[in-house]
Amino acid sequence: MVTPTPSAAPTPSAAPTPSASGTTPLEEELLRLAGSVPDPELPMVSLAELGVMRGLRLLGPGRVEVELTPTYTGCPALESMATDIEQVLHDHGIPEVAVHTVLSPPWTTDAISAEGRRKLAESGIAPPAPRGATAADGPVPVALAVRCPHCGSTETELLSRFSSTACKALRRCAACREPFDHFKEL
Amino acid sequence: MTAALALGDDALVLSHRLGEWAGHAPVLEEEVALANIALDLLGQARVLLSLVGDEDELAYLREERAFRNVQLVEQSNGDFAHTIARQLYFSTYQELLYERLARGTGPFAPLAAKAVKEVAYHRDHAEHWTLRLGDGTAESHERMRRGLEAHWRFTGELFEPVEGCEVEWHTLHDAWLTRITSVLERATLAVPEGPRRTGWAAGAGRQGIHTEPFGRMLAEMQHLHRSHPGAAW
Repeated sequence: MVTPTPSAAPTPSAAPTPSASGTTPLEEELLRLAGSVPDPELPMVSLAELGVMRGLRLLGPGRVEVELTPTYTGCPALESMATDIEQVLHDHGIPEVAVHTVLSPPWTTDAISAEGRRKLAESGIAPPAPRGATAADGPVPVALAVRCPHCGSTETELLSRFSSTACKALRRCAACREPFDHFKEL
Repeated sequence: MTAALALGDDALVLSHRLGEWAGHAPVLEEEVALANIALDLLGQARVLLSLVGDEDELAYLREERAFRNVQLVEQSNGDFAHTIARQLYFSTYQELLYERLARGTGPFAPLAAKAVKEVAYHRDHAEHWTLRLGDGTAESHERMRRGLEAHWRFTGELFEPVEGCEVEWHTLHDAWLTRITSVLERATLAVPEGPRRTGWAAGAGRQGIHTEPFGRMLAEMQHLHRSHPGAAW
């Protein structure tokens, strides 16, 4: 919902008032709305929590441009994300929405917010470890313990580097014997 | 855009080959892994081919001689070890190539910077299987050896300079050979000794000269689109 303020209701036709960061309050509100769209494959996290929203610009009255970055280059959910964003912005009075894909700088799992990580773990998907501790370039396969999202044990083993989606690996817990997905570091 | 076509075709053709494993892989986990690798490659191909023109027209309506992929990626899957040998040679090459392109300022830098992280997982997957098969049973060792031998003669072409890629091909080759040698040693396998090229004097995949399995693969890949232009579902 667009929240009207007493002084000036932020409708699409309102004159943009740039803030210190260069975005107008209306743009910030629309970005928040677009970012609240759930990920099509991991619906427990929003696009904002996943860290794939790169920006939103109001080009004119009722015309908006959104920048989205894919997690993986071949992510098949990208088109569905764009459609969902268009829909939510249409519903809030923006008839013209163009969603563009940007590759640079590349998305990393460090872009997933703390809240996003908590929700992943709560849904049985072990969140990625921070990449900050590893080398700057590329995923260095460090043998960090991955905690079982079901019982909390760190005694887990890798079953396959690739699981139900490109972004996850399949592991099994030695303590509770349950298999689980691990959002692998990228 | 010679380079975008060359790198895009490499990714597209290998993606299709790996997709052929769907329903045939030895275990479910590998079925999923190979399909995921294929998906990453398809994503790269879409970005690269879109730099050249319409991605669907390029994928579905070009004749064999218009494809610029290296011959290595078009080789038939064979058994699982055969596919892993092709994966080891190619993903090691692609990771080193993308690392270099990502550091540059050329048109491929953004894609390379993104894709290199995906390719690192492909290479890791191929290395682990090379170790497991090479240092496994006598049968798995022999099959892995045969896969490595069969693809060896297609590896020379990987280091033919591609116009538009600002890369030192010589050092790329040396880094590739060092890494392959190290993996094969750990896997108790020998580096093949045969020639690194095929008998074609006229060039190879980068010049549009392809091997016999490629025509059959294209026939299958393009059949639906050619029979039902614009089909969608």
